[in-house]
Amino acid sequence: MATPAASAIDLSKALVLAPAPLDSWLVVLPVAWCLLAGAVLLMLRKKVAAQPFLAVAALLVLVVLDALLLWTVATGGPVTMVMGRWLPPFGIAFTVDLTGALFALTSSLIALAGGLYAAGDIGASGRRYGFYPFLLLLMAGVSGTFLTGDIFNLYVWFEVLLIASFGLLVLGSEPRQIDGAVKYAFLNLVATTLFLIAVGYLYGLFGTLNMADIAVKAAERRAELPLMVLATLFVLAFGMKAAAFPVNFWLPASYHTPRIVVAALFAGLLTKVGVYSLVRVMVMLFPVEGEALSFVVAAVATATMIYGALAAIGQSDIRRLLGYLVISGIGVMLAGVAVGGPGGVGGALFYALHSMVVMTALYMAAGVAGRLAGTFDLNAAGGLYGKAAYFSALSLVLFLAVAGMPPFSGFWPKVMVAKAAIDIGAWWLAAAVLGSGFLTTIAVGRVWTLAYWRPSARSTVIDAAPGASALVPLSLLAAVSVLVGLFPDLLLTQIQAAAALLSEPSAYVNSVFPEAGR
Amino acid sequence: MNTVIFRTLAPFLTALMLLFSLFVLLRGHNEPGGGFIGGLIAASALAIYGIARGIRPVRHALWFHPMTIAATGLFLACLAGLVSMVAAVPFMTGLWIYPSLFGVEIPLSTVMLFDFGVYLVVVGAITSIALALEREDF
Repeated sequence: MATPAASAIDLSKALVLAPAPLDSWLVVLPVAWCLLAGAVLLMLRKKVAAQPFLAVAALLVLVVLDALLLWTVATGGPVTMVMGRWLPPFGIAFTVDLTGALFALTSSLIALAGGLYAAGDIGASGRRYGFYPFLLLLMAGVSGTFLTGDIFNLYVWFEVLLIASFGLLVLGSEPRQIDGAVKYAFLNLVATTLFLIAVGYLYGLFGTLNMADIAVKAAERRAELPLMVLATLFVLAFGMKAAAFPVNFWLPASYHTPRIVVAALFAGLLTKVGVYSLVRVMVMLFPVEGEALSFVVAAVATATMIYGALAAIGQSDIRRLLGYLVISGIGVMLAGVAVGGPGGVGGALFYALHSMVVMTALYMAAGVAGRLAGTFDLNAAGGLYGKAAYFSALSLVLFLAVAGMPPFSGFWPKVMVAKAAIDIGAWWLAAAVLGSGFLTTIAVGRVWTLAYWRPSARSTVIDAAPGASALVPLSLLAAVSVLVGLFPDLLLTQIQAAAALLSEPSAYVNSVFPEAGR
Repeated sequence: MNTVIFRTLAPFLTALMLLFSLFVLLRGHNEPGGGFIGGLIAASALAIYGIARGIRPVRHALWFHPMTIAATGLFLACLAGLVSMVAAVPFMTGLWIYPSLFGVEIPLSTVMLFDFGVYLVVVGAITSIALALEREDF
């Protein structure tokens, strides 16, 4: 117990004695804020009318916090805070570099859009069941994943977001949803168990869980440790989380069953968390092993891209089609990771951010389209363009963005990945990126032709116009996509800096261990 | 489970276990125990009461919905971490005050607040599950 007599002990050997400035609090505030706000929303879950307002306000604060964090990191380099002021590597460190801050900000934007959309999509029973507390808990998990600098803590946040996602997945308790949720839960638990085994193995080898510490020790003791096994385990576990080709079956089995806003949030957040962790491990912690695995990852990426796009063409349910487009996009990110270098990794990060925004928006658009057309079936839907011209224009923007057409946000990362692939002589990978873009164009073109362009064949015409709660978040996300597509420079410089920091993590390490050279 | 003996004894057992759970919670700072195990003991106490008397008396006795109790616990635990912001030390750093009440020094800390939050989360969550499982009309 910390009695006053304890001050005789030399605390500087165990504790960080420097005061924690307020800007270092930004590292942990997004997570703490989500938990606090989630707890308050859970207490007030019977106040169904107030829930959306409170949640949207809380998510706005989260966006502001993440934006401030990105500003701090972009101007001053990586920031670290160690919980309970224990010295790293013993305390749990939250370390944020540009990559983490960019992902955190994008995820909070998506959550804000989701919160707005849910105001019109989730009714009183869903709110009483706890949609908004689950959303905030999900965001706590997602933010924690992006901000933590400790690999076991990363696992903990994975669990937090997984638990929250189970809750969101069964919202409504239809048998179809339970079926999807069981598949999702089981397969994700397998992936998480693999991850946990890998973490245990890693701890056995290094005796540390701090990522900066691991990066340094891996470089020092590479020759004597079986790091290849470790890297392969991590790649398999995160590949499963990211829904890469041979281990992607959980995604199409579950993403079309939940409420549309839940599917939108999942498409934007969950698989990208896997990609983020994969990048962290392959590029920052074990770069040499990542390089050795790059051919396997490239093959997986090619299969994922082509399989996702081909399967998307074959679907008749819009939601299932979008699920396969998520998978195809994961392939592009993996291709970037496999190519490596600032161009490849930067392209992968850029594509991940683009995909978060656009896939979320596409699911929301599918929700509106399904409500207007009265069905999600492409063979039965039709005439959306005649009913809602503005909404159709937004959808078209999103379709073109996901296909990677200029001048939208999907174009630049694909160019980066393809160029990086050609630069190292992997022309087949570049061809796969372009080919999957072509196939995706066909898939979304089919949706556009059948559901929007074709005159409605149904006798029962549903006249309800899309409400503001759907159009506002859709416009927001589409505007982000267009702006990034038109003015990519600002984001591009940050992303290139982020990719450079990942492959040369000395700034990250220095932020955790301030005494140079440790 | 509806014997007279059980039904008569259950309230006493519940009261004793709740008291014991608080003891375990407070003891947990330096000795075996703590918020999690204390919360489990309290939840078992409520479960015993529920098995003996049915879930309505439990809900009545709790006054608050179990999920609200859990949410309060989460709020308190998170708040315990954020107190550090005022003291300019990192998140979750243990901070102590020593107020004296009638001449007795009582050490209070954010660690204890956190543990109390954990206690409430466990009581609320497990009781909520137990009551849902005990329910017969779905």
